[in-house]
Amino acid sequence: MTTTTENNAFKSQEYFINMGPQHPATHGVLRLLLTIDGEIIKNIDPDLGYIHRSIEKMCERDSYQQIVHLTDRMDYLSAHINNEAVCLAVENALGLEVPERVKVIRTIIAELTRLASHQLWWGVMGMDVGALTTYFYGFRDREMINDIFEETCGARLTMNYNIPGGLMFDLHPNFVQRVKDFIAHFKTKLPEYDTLLTGNVIFQKRTQGVGILTKEDAISFGTTGPVARASGFSCDVRKHHPYSAYDRVQFNEALFTVGDTFTRYQVRIQEMWESMAIIEQLIDNIPDGEFKTPTNAVIKLPKGEFYQRVETARGELGVFIVSDGKKNPYRLKFRSPGFSNLSALKKMAVGSKLGDLVAIMATLDIVVPDIDR
Amino acid sequence: MSYFSDIYNGVKTLLTGMSVTGKYFINARKEIITQEFPNNRATLKMFDRFRGEVVMPHDENNEHRCTGCQKCELACPNGSIEIIWDRVIDEETGKKIKAIDKHIYHLSMCTMCGLCIEACPTDAIKWSQNFSNSSYDRTQLTKVLNKPGSKIAPGVKDKE
Repeated sequence: MTTTTENNAFKSQEYFINMGPQHPATHGVLRLLLTIDGEIIKNIDPDLGYIHRSIEKMCERDSYQQIVHLTDRMDYLSAHINNEAVCLAVENALGLEVPERVKVIRTIIAELTRLASHQLWWGVMGMDVGALTTYFYGFRDREMINDIFEETCGARLTMNYNIPGGLMFDLHPNFVQRVKDFIAHFKTKLPEYDTLLTGNVIFQKRTQGVGILTKEDAISFGTTGPVARASGFSCDVRKHHPYSAYDRVQFNEALFTVGDTFTRYQVRIQEMWESMAIIEQLIDNIPDGEFKTPTNAVIKLPKGEFYQRVETARGELGVFIVSDGKKNPYRLKFRSPGFSNLSALKKMAVGSKLGDLVAIMATLDIVVPDIDR
Repeated sequence: MSYFSDIYNGVKTLLTGMSVTGKYFINARKEIITQEFPNNRATLKMFDRFRGEVVMPHDENNEHRCTGCQKCELACPNGSIEIIWDRVIDEETGKKIKAIDKHIYHLSMCTMCGLCIEACPTDAIKWSQNFSNSSYDRTQLTKVLNKPGSKIAPGVKDKE
């Protein structure tokens, strides 16, 4: 700052504003400390920790069956996939082979979770850029998936349907019919999403060319999921390191090259089509058999380090278990997709306008409990 | 020239989007997708597996199936279940056996993970479909699941 004797009224001056922690566009308690020159963003400092619950520390206290339900509370929009990650890690460490039926059911429910997550994201994305109608349309279709979950798993969001060794209980008899009804319903509704929002000129003007992330930056920041795939970085864990039943289904990895906000939007819309294709391939031939492999009441992993990664709706979730042979882990680390994706926000948004930040944040699809854990 | 084509394209895409909402506006009565919650309470049927709260079913003789083995207490990740037990003399054999005095359930701490119900060897506890659990006083959320004066049903034994 210069001396006060001069007239500074017409000089530009940087100043700070807080976005959050209570801000509707941050989708949770995330605080961004913005340095702003006029309306141009000069710097972004995310301030985390407002919803830290020390889940990793609590995992050290719990048995392996009890850990699973804590992961519901990380990325609550892909709760089933988080549960699956822990269960797969424990099963791999034990050398436990789960029945084919379990693998197929887990894959179907994981894809339904991804659909539900992307539907919610689509609604909220529209609302962030000023289209309130999308919110209702997204939630209308998501409600059908939530009903499927509620009937089979008993809960709508924090399902806790997986246990190490299989599933908590078998599928509900109505499950297959309900999923088929949903797919038939949503195939007519997803083109509506495009008509309503994708082709809209206001939406395109607000998203095209905004928040560009190059492929090199996407790799160096460790972004995964739709954010990285929009930049041309092929990183789908389902494709490159198949787990559960992904090795027997045909689907395309949604891959774009531009890396702006609009392509991140397009990746998720295409992923919804791919998810429906995966479910359609599996739903008619769910193998018969047991729904779980019996395990000991007290699961003890062998000494060593175990890592398992899965593709959640936001990117790659890694579960790293260090076991010292006791009934609870010595250390458990989650590599959450949201945290790495958030680190690229500064690269994307610096230099753009304040209003664009909301659009960029919307396509990062941030779930704050996943970042803080 | 591009000025006018921009206006034309802009208006066209807006009308395309409006056609979707307009279609729903006209057909609003056909596809009602909202439920008016407090008004449909009498007819609202929850799914069988819905996890509302943990209850202990009693039969007409005021008998439950809980042996007091404390497996649910051990399985619970956050200490929602507390069992106060005592030893009583079994009428058949004359031996001392474990029996519950109070099966205390802290609904305010429960995360509805379902591990206690999976762990129960005698199916003494199950989910109820009651979903409106909110209360003005948090002491009401600490519940004693076994009814006063209840006993264990005859023939229910802990599997050793």
